[in-house]
Amino acid sequence: MAARMDDIRVEELTRKFGDFTAVDRVSFSVAGGELFGLLGPNGAGKTTTINMLSTLLRPTSGRAEVAGFDVVRDRDRVRRSIGVVFQEQALDGQLTGRENLEFHAMMYGMGREERRRKLDEVLALVELSEKAGVRVQNYSGGMKRRLEIARGLIHEPRVLFLDEPTLGLDAQTRRHIWDYIRKLNRERGVTIILTTHYMEEADYLCGRVAIMDHGTFAAIDAPGRLKDLLGGDVVSLEVEGEPGPLEAELRAVGWVRNIKFHEGVFSLTMERGDRRIPELVALAQNAGVTVSSVNLRKPSLEDVFLQFTGKTIRESEAGQAERNRAMMRAHRPGRGR
Amino acid sequence: MIDLTAIYVLWLREMKRYFRAKSRILGSLAIPFFFLAFLGLGFSGMAVPGAGGVGYIQFLVPGIVGMSLLFQSIFAGLSVLWDREFGFLKEIMVAPVSRVSIVLGRTAGGVTTALVQGLLVLLVSSLVGFRVRSAAGVLVALVFMVLVSTTFIGLGLVFASKIKDMQGYSIIMNFVVFPLFFLSGALYPLGNLPAWLRVFSYLDPLTYGVDGLRGALVGVATRSLGADMGIMAAFAVLMVGLGAWSFERSESA
Repeated sequence: MAARMDDIRVEELTRKFGDFTAVDRVSFSVAGGELFGLLGPNGAGKTTTINMLSTLLRPTSGRAEVAGFDVVRDRDRVRRSIGVVFQEQALDGQLTGRENLEFHAMMYGMGREERRRKLDEVLALVELSEKAGVRVQNYSGGMKRRLEIARGLIHEPRVLFLDEPTLGLDAQTRRHIWDYIRKLNRERGVTIILTTHYMEEADYLCGRVAIMDHGTFAAIDAPGRLKDLLGGDVVSLEVEGEPGPLEAELRAVGWVRNIKFHEGVFSLTMERGDRRIPELVALAQNAGVTVSSVNLRKPSLEDVFLQFTGKTIRESEAGQAERNRAMMRAHRPGRGR
Repeated sequence: MIDLTAIYVLWLREMKRYFRAKSRILGSLAIPFFFLAFLGLGFSGMAVPGAGGVGYIQFLVPGIVGMSLLFQSIFAGLSVLWDREFGFLKEIMVAPVSRVSIVLGRTAGGVTTALVQGLLVLLVSSLVGFRVRSAAGVLVALVFMVLVSTTFIGLGLVFASKIKDMQGYSIIMNFVVFPLFFLSGALYPLGNLPAWLRVFSYLDPLTYGVDGLRGALVGVATRSLGADMGIMAAFAVLMVGLGAWSFERSESA
């Protein structure tokens, strides 16, 4: 990651659809060779961000540079430097796998010999060489995804955008795709920006993640550091009764780093949570509430998300449904998302 | 600005798709064939006033060629909708290729398939007794076919930018394509229409296409070949320009 400058630089990037602000003054940068994740619920603004960075959508305000080129003024240069795998499938089912790749290579102006060599190479990489002559409409979901990833690599982009690369795939195929993504990043040094609403995907793959909610970044750091921010273990305490007095007690003891109360469950962070459980139960009894369950675990990105947004990612998603509808209404017909 | 390789690739894709969908080719010949068979043979004994003294089959065939060009081309222009629906449009849009080249590539593909279609209809017509005037006439007719299909691909692109779903598609077929067809004089001489209705015919680009095709193929026309060709060419440039403009506007948000 040393000698390369930032491949992505984003300042105050904003996109509005009518009155609705899908992306709200987002700033960040991604170094060359990084594997960077945008993590957030559906409708958080991840795809809109990707669409702006890949020149498909003009920003309302703010600016963004990809591979050193401005996404508005230098569209074609940006397009030559990037590969994109869209959230929705973008293959021609009537064409064979190889023809789909051929189409792409020719659109990017590659000569015949270079095309042949490169196509063989990327097909082998995603293990589709044998299926290359089959029409894409007969591919499975995982094969289509792999073909799209292969296609994104043909013109050797510096930056690869993957929008929800494993959405709708089964666990095994997902694992498989993860391996390809890692390999690309580690062995070829491709800078990768991926969006996901799967916590474990971001955790497993990304060197750094930005937690996105309601069009803004709630936090941005390495997954491990984000989890460390929570400090130690997470103890969930499910209680029945009035939580107020217990919360006051918990704040008073001094060793509870963080207290969140959500739908009858206290999420507490503390060092050596395993040793504190008896004490916690005693505290609850003193405060006049009944503990119905206790759960101890190492923090996950889910906890980080809860910490920064005050909601679980699923709840956030439910709340986003209304936002999405507003967005669709504000959308002019015929535009991509 | 104009990227020949991109135009070629897009054209090639249309060709592959067209020739792979054999049933579609067959299906697209069905309607022209039925029109020819039932209208052509049904009216064959009758003298059509204003038809220039040729039999009805001779009069009808250029009209049916025009009709299949109209359907095929509007469909080709609207196929952007399919690409949008199935996501492939994004793959095209994110490539480092100008929007104009994308429109031209699509037009080139559409025109080629329309030409194939037009020639197939002529071939089928010979089965019901149609005879062309001369080989030169066929060549002139090919020029008209290119102009007619370019015009309606442009119109299809305009509609594709305006509508966003498949429901809009059937509205266009019923309220735009069929009136364009019936007003064009493909089935009967326009001189038989009341004057107020004829005004609409004169606004219909297909009117000049059908008249030109008729002039070229059977030697019967209301205007000179030059006049028809000039007007048709103007429509073609106008519509494809309008199509490119609406496409550019709708896809570069």
